[in-house]
Amino acid sequence: MKKILGILITLVAVYVLTAMVGDNFLSAYNQEKLLERTALFGILSIGVAFVIITGGIDLSIGSVVCLTGCGLPWLMVKHEWPPAIAVPMVLVVAALIGLSHGLLITKLNLQPFVVTLCGLLIYRGLTRGFTEDQTQGFGGEFSGLRAVANEKISLTAEFGIPWTWVILVVIAVMAWIFLNKTIYGRYLRALGNNEDAARFSGVNTDRMIILAYVFSSMLAGLGGMLFVMNVGSAQPSNFGNFYELYAIAAAVLGGCSLRGGEGTILGVVIGAAVMRVLYNMINLVTWIPTHIEFAVVGAVILVAVISDELVKRAAARRRVRG
Amino acid sequence: MSSLLEARGVVKSFPGVKALRGVDLRLGAGEVLAVLGENGAGKSTLMKALAGVQAADGGEFLMNGDPVRVDTVRGAMAAGIALIHQELNMAGNLDVAANIFLGREFRKFGLVDDERMRREAVTYLKMVGLDVDPAVEVGTLPIGKQQLVEIAKALSVDAKVLIMDEPTSSLSQTEAEQLFVVVKDLVSRGVSIIYISHRLSEIVQIADRVTVLRDGENAGELAGDEITHGKMVQLMVGRDVDRFYQRTQHELGEVALEVKELRTTAYPEHAASFQVARGEVVGVAGLVGAGRTEMLEAMFGVMPALGGEVWVQGEKATIGAPREAIAAGLALVPEDRKTQGAILDMAVLENASLASLKRDARKGAFLNREAEEALAEKGIKDLSIRTPDAAQLVRYLSGGNQQKVVLAKWLAMKPKVLLLDEPTRGIDVGAKQEIYGLIEELAKQGMAILFVSSEMEEVMGLSDRVLVMHEGEVAGELKRGGITEEQIMSLATGGVSQELKV
Repeated sequence: MKKILGILITLVAVYVLTAMVGDNFLSAYNQEKLLERTALFGILSIGVAFVIITGGIDLSIGSVVCLTGCGLPWLMVKHEWPPAIAVPMVLVVAALIGLSHGLLITKLNLQPFVVTLCGLLIYRGLTRGFTEDQTQGFGGEFSGLRAVANEKISLTAEFGIPWTWVILVVIAVMAWIFLNKTIYGRYLRALGNNEDAARFSGVNTDRMIILAYVFSSMLAGLGGMLFVMNVGSAQPSNFGNFYELYAIAAAVLGGCSLRGGEGTILGVVIGAAVMRVLYNMINLVTWIPTHIEFAVVGAVILVAVISDELVKRAAARRRVRG
Repeated sequence: MSSLLEARGVVKSFPGVKALRGVDLRLGAGEVLAVLGENGAGKSTLMKALAGVQAADGGEFLMNGDPVRVDTVRGAMAAGIALIHQELNMAGNLDVAANIFLGREFRKFGLVDDERMRREAVTYLKMVGLDVDPAVEVGTLPIGKQQLVEIAKALSVDAKVLIMDEPTSSLSQTEAEQLFVVVKDLVSRGVSIIYISHRLSEIVQIADRVTVLRDGENAGELAGDEITHGKMVQLMVGRDVDRFYQRTQHELGEVALEVKELRTTAYPEHAASFQVARGEVVGVAGLVGAGRTEMLEAMFGVMPALGGEVWVQGEKATIGAPREAIAAGLALVPEDRKTQGAILDMAVLENASLASLKRDARKGAFLNREAEEALAEKGIKDLSIRTPDAAQLVRYLSGGNQQKVVLAKWLAMKPKVLLLDEPTRGIDVGAKQEIYGLIEELAKQGMAILFVSSEMEEVMGLSDRVLVMHEGEVAGELKRGGITEEQIMSLATGGVSQELKV
């Protein structure tokens, strides 16, 4: 609980601030959209959190979102695959991408940054290639499948919980159980803290690291499909651009250390929420020009990690004296 | 004698441990002062404080009677104190001259004046009797010469006090002899030397005075003829050495570990073979670089062996990774506690149960919290690990207690063979004695124990049998009772001890 207190306070502060200065922030429609977006980005963030906990990084997420987001309508509309085959197929492709990252990083000892940076370039290029850079969309069809990503469970006449949020909660709970209650979650944290010590203790560290990259890519693949189902179409040249950075930022805000070993799922989800509320604020508050979005997001993250570091140092000093 | 350098009441704490509790040190001009102490006694900490590498929390520092500030390397250098690091601190990819003048480069028109630096470097290289081209890359020189370059560098900043921290630990016998000549020459020029070494015979050879630290305090001083092996050990250990190592005779069981023709990357041409019986404690002695750690790591699957077999209780073990070694009944307490042994930012409980998760502390894929707690509590109790509770992060324990956590992790697995690599490096004397007691206890219960140690006292005091390694081979084997330091050194340096050669 102590670990997520800081980010929780940040969320409440940003939320209250936006409610005070932004028009329509508290409207049912806006709140629904906020939940929906938080859910979609939250899924990506949980994926990358696994990788970050191992001490690695996954820069390919945005391009995997592009590949799967464009690939799904491409398969279903252009090649007329039924959803029951196309969806699992896309997930398998995402899993294979993660597997190849993991193998290159563990067996060839390549650096995660380099491997996934190449992934970032390759998957976007491939997608633009096989789609011939044409926008891929469902064209008003498949409303049954798309309902998963853009319908809601109505609570009142105006407000409801988006289904994407339900998906996020299920994934978050599963991720939390994996990380905190299974021996594999413990292995993951152990190797993130000290890979040698974990290996010396009999942990199959390579296999756990590969698993983390598979999780990351699969959740990016799932996220990519949900994104395109949500909006209806995807442009290969910019779909998912920078999403890896949003996901990494949310994970870092949520308490994941890029040095590895640290991170909580709840913190990461809250981190994703902070990112979305900030984005929402920039769009709703008329006197903040929308094109400075990145500057605001960057500044808030910087302030958050600086205060986190200062709190940690103060705690360490108390300990030495005590 | 008037003092050149004097330190009074030096204090330094780290989280969980008081490394220096008010140490005094006095050094005369042109004197070689040896600073002695067991690992963890505070020698390195004191030297780092003197050289400004790691500022002391408190204490006074005087040069020629005037107070000086040595809380930064720059300050210490200005005062005339330079540290020759234990691990060489050279940029291997730069040339000799560039290393000597690193950070103080001569410049011409704002650009680095290589020519002048190389010219001036020769002066200092001559002082240390080194005849190398100053334009040659440091990384291509043998370790002994690199060290002399480092000394030349210290002389180039006009150091009056040179601190040498284990300067001979990676040198050959001849290189070490050359170093002693340089030391004597420097002293005759009025440079004072603080010399740290574990090799007592060296100290007898070159020190004018010896000051001994124990548990972060001054334990005593010796000068001139008083500097003998026995007196130094007595001051270091602080008690009778024989009682420090409590070993009892007991019957040995059948062979628990047999290593046949094991070859490692350290010496691909040489193979080691030996056996360890149940209940036996076997020490592995040898110089740094003799291939001892590599041998343990190959046995444990950390680094692949190039050839050879490992048999555990009569069964051949296939070992390609630590998890396979563990399954075969081996356990390894590695050399570096902080990077290989313990996971510092995890709790005592999580460290203690890490190896057991695979076998005893799981319910299917899930953690078995009760089993974890039980084994952590047992470990804390059996090994008297001093920690507030099992949830404490290992980082905040003292070195000795961290090592006990690593041991607890392995004892929970009930291994058939326990491998230990420098098990007491950097831990205090009290914890050391506890670990020795534990080893004795485990041997009594029938565990086979193989430990590598660079501390001669420890090897001689603890072992039923000593294997001396030289260049990847077992150069000789010595039985308890008749082991002398000279025999071990002679075998370790490639000499042959006639009646003992196996």
